[in-house]
Amino acid sequence: MSNIEASGPKPRSFFTTSRIVTYSVLLIAAMYYLFPLYVMITTSLKGMPEVRLGNIFAPPMEVTFAPWVKAWDSACTGLYCEGLKPGFWNSVKITVPSTIISVLIAAVNGYALVNWRFKGSEIFFTVLLFGSFIPYQVMLYPLVIITAQLKVFGTLQGVVLIHTIFGMPILTLLFRNYFASLPQELFKAARVDGAGFWRIFFEIMVPMSLPIFVVAIILQVTGIWNDFLFGVVFAGTTNYPMTVQLNNIVNSVQGVQEYNVNMAATILTGAVPLIVYFISGKWFVRGIAAGAVKG
Amino acid sequence: MADLSHSRSAAIAAGSGPRRLFHNLFVRNFSAKLAATPMIMTVLIVFVGCTAWTIFYSFTNSRSLPSGELVGFDQYTRLFSNRRWNASVINIMTYGVTSLCFTMVVGFLLAVFMDQKIRFESAFRTIFLYPFALSFIVTGLVWQWIMNPAFGLQETVQNWGFTSFTFDWLKNRNMVIYALVIAGLWQGTGFVMVLLLAGLRGIDEEIWKAARVDGISTWRTYLFIVLPMMRGVIVTTLVIVGSGIVRLYDLVVAMTQGGPGISSEVPAKYVYNYMFGAGNLGQGLAASSVMLLTVFIILIPWMLIEFRPKHHS
Amino acid sequence: MKKFTVAAAMAAALMCGTSAFATDLEVTHWWTSGGEAAAVAEFAKAFDATGNHWVDGAIAGSSDVARPLIISRILGGNPMGATQLNTGRDAEDLIKAGLMTDLTDLAKSEGWYDVIRPKKLLESCEFEGKLYCVPVNIHSWQWLWLSRPAFEDNGMEVPTDWNQYVADFPKLREAGVIPFSLAQGWPTNGIFGVLLAGVGGTDLFLAVNRDKDVSAVEGPDFRKVAQAYADLRDAVDVNETVGQWNEATAQLINNTAAGNIMGDWAQGEFAVAGKVAGKDYDCLPGLGLNAVLDTGGDAFYFPKNDDPAITEAQLVLAKTMLSPETQVAFNLKKGSLPVRGDVDMSAANACMQKGLKILEDPNGVLPSGEQLLSSDTQQQLQDLEIEFFSDKSMSIDDFVGQFADIMGSAD
Repeated sequence: MSNIEASGPKPRSFFTTSRIVTYSVLLIAAMYYLFPLYVMITTSLKGMPEVRLGNIFAPPMEVTFAPWVKAWDSACTGLYCEGLKPGFWNSVKITVPSTIISVLIAAVNGYALVNWRFKGSEIFFTVLLFGSFIPYQVMLYPLVIITAQLKVFGTLQGVVLIHTIFGMPILTLLFRNYFASLPQELFKAARVDGAGFWRIFFEIMVPMSLPIFVVAIILQVTGIWNDFLFGVVFAGTTNYPMTVQLNNIVNSVQGVQEYNVNMAATILTGAVPLIVYFISGKWFVRGIAAGAVKG
Repeated sequence: MADLSHSRSAAIAAGSGPRRLFHNLFVRNFSAKLAATPMIMTVLIVFVGCTAWTIFYSFTNSRSLPSGELVGFDQYTRLFSNRRWNASVINIMTYGVTSLCFTMVVGFLLAVFMDQKIRFESAFRTIFLYPFALSFIVTGLVWQWIMNPAFGLQETVQNWGFTSFTFDWLKNRNMVIYALVIAGLWQGTGFVMVLLLAGLRGIDEEIWKAARVDGISTWRTYLFIVLPMMRGVIVTTLVIVGSGIVRLYDLVVAMTQGGPGISSEVPAKYVYNYMFGAGNLGQGLAASSVMLLTVFIILIPWMLIEFRPKHHS
Repeated sequence: MKKFTVAAAMAAALMCGTSAFATDLEVTHWWTSGGEAAAVAEFAKAFDATGNHWVDGAIAGSSDVARPLIISRILGGNPMGATQLNTGRDAEDLIKAGLMTDLTDLAKSEGWYDVIRPKKLLESCEFEGKLYCVPVNIHSWQWLWLSRPAFEDNGMEVPTDWNQYVADFPKLREAGVIPFSLAQGWPTNGIFGVLLAGVGGTDLFLAVNRDKDVSAVEGPDFRKVAQAYADLRDAVDVNETVGQWNEATAQLINNTAAGNIMGDWAQGEFAVAGKVAGKDYDCLPGLGLNAVLDTGGDAFYFPKNDDPAITEAQLVLAKTMLSPETQVAFNLKKGSLPVRGDVDMSAANACMQKGLKILEDPNGVLPSGEQLLSSDTQQQLQDLEIEFFSDKSMSIDDFVGQFADIMGSAD
């Protein structure tokens, strides 16, 4: 980078040295971030003979969509050769309610923690944060026992409950920070007017917190869509998410590793969270900016 | 859940307990407590309950099911004399320190560069952020492929004529952990950048004006004035990054499966293997109890500072 | 009131009656490679032919991924109809908790105790005198696979035992052929068990694995095995290792590698690729040094279920899996040997015939490490062997010492 700075031209006003450095750094960083995506996409468009040539930088000589079709429609997992598609709607079915419920609960929770503190609320919150450091796998058996007792094991409700529980620490942290950053005068004025807990929440807090809701939704959609372990254990066989098929396609080798199909399957599985990011990326930063600043 | 607190409050009311206590516990701020019930239940049942469960069964010789007999510290003795476990601990510390430093430094630098009123900000941001939308399984797979000596980067560059070029970190026992760091950074720094950029944007313009008036250089302002003011966002970032490091598992499985040999084994994988693969719950839970204890020891000082009673309006 | 009860009972009986003819039974397993999937399809076909329906619950990624899923579903009261599961102490807990269907009566009426061999297979399914699982095949690790063209095309003779083969390594290297193809992870430690029986001999294998005899581990014979393992370690180029076991087999199929130690399931891959035993590839059971086979295998369990229709279908599936026709069809695809001694295996290829012949000799049969050691001990040995194999600086003394420690505390 210093090379670029030293040898680069130095026109006045607009192209200052610092500008050039800034853009150079950002461009180099962008290349590092884009490189794997480039590899994924080009590989997924190559046929296997071309993949074996081993030139991952090269664009496909002959573009083929066969790996995509195979990944979506006919890649085999065990006896069934239906590709990723059977899991898609199941993933939607799991992700939508899990996201809505976990975000709502965390929002109310963060609001209560900031504006309606009660004795012990901070202690509970501290333990909650601590919980985000526990490896998920450790809690698997006790949670199986708990959900079995609640009669929701192996159901959609079961997996929604689990995602709500594990989304809670980070989401609550975000909402708590966000509500703490809002001007307290609004809250106090509403209190003086005699508004209660729920009214203030729905009429004052929610309308002001769109950005942080977007952040929370993005985080949850990403996390839940990408989850394999909880989906496969708690959701029940009729609701297996898409990641189960992805796991099967990627981990089961029929003869040789079909890297092109793997890559296509990978992109297809990641498509939903990716699209969510591309559409709402701007909101994401704004939400975080508003939410995570104040401790 | 509302029923629960009602019936319990009824039980207390029926008893001869002081009314004041009853009032303080349930009536005062009732809605807030009701709203916090899911959190309280989660904390008590899942996090405290399951932790207690974990610790209890780590003192047993349970196999596939939690049903063993108490055996004292046997599982722990075995754990600390296990080579793989000890290697795992060293690996996660190497990974953790390297990854944490790079994530924070790179994330902060990128955020600062992004903060220079640049053009195409949203394009850059999207580029830095999109890997975060992909799971670790996917991340591991892609990087495993790029770093595969047979047809990845090494082979490609060698085909270009640089025959002495080697990039075999995935097969190199000393470097494999840094290969994981590279992939982990790729996935996570974008998010850290966004968090920190948000923190920077949250700083009052007045601060910048004042710093300029005082003639403080830009980088000094960032480092000594702005950074300390971003404590909240830094804490959030550390919690997110730190919990990801402790739980590191998927990436390892997708990318190296702990290899070559045991040189990229990590504690969460040890826990998982022994709980499920080897059907030795007791051993797996002992390992996870040690993980929990370590996290606890690291976090306690911070929590004491962070959550000491605050006196502000 | 009484009328109603009767009517309800009749309705229930009727429902059970009809559903017995078409019950969906979900079967979980981790067989997803080409050869494995083809073999599973044979089970599914045979079961569907009984009028029921096999619902395939394949979970790729071997037991680490599949096991927690299987056990937690049984534990959570939402069990599958049938599942592949390792026999031994792991399943014992589930049996003790009363979560598995008892197959004893079926076994008696089907005469399994008379036709299934070796006896050890049924014993490993038993708990307190009752039978809880169905062994479906005999798998053995003790095979050295060789690609004939890899030798012949380079003007060499196909070796007939391990020592000749190892002596060929330098020449193979010169010819640009990978001498020994290797997949990382568990295939690495499987090799050690094969060397133990092949290079070390039957007595040593039993002394170590069955008797857990620490002095045998510290003795000179075991050292010889460790030395052979270390020699192989030094001959393998780490950059040539592949990710999955069947990729290593694929290297033999396309003749880029000369040899590979892998269980007989590798045959399933050869078969899918259309390769002929004895012509395209060769096999040396017991490394050509000590013609023995360990007799592990896969087994299916049938978790207890509230629905009598499912219980009935479970028994039908168990019966189907062990019927002579299914046994032949399944094992030909899987590359393993049938558990029944009374079936016609004339369709088996040259390698399987070798295996069948060894099976007839009582001295040729070894119990498998899986049956002799708890999966906890296996995991520890695997960790050690994998570490040793990847770390050229780890001494044989160190390896033997660690091995002895693990065996000393094995349960």
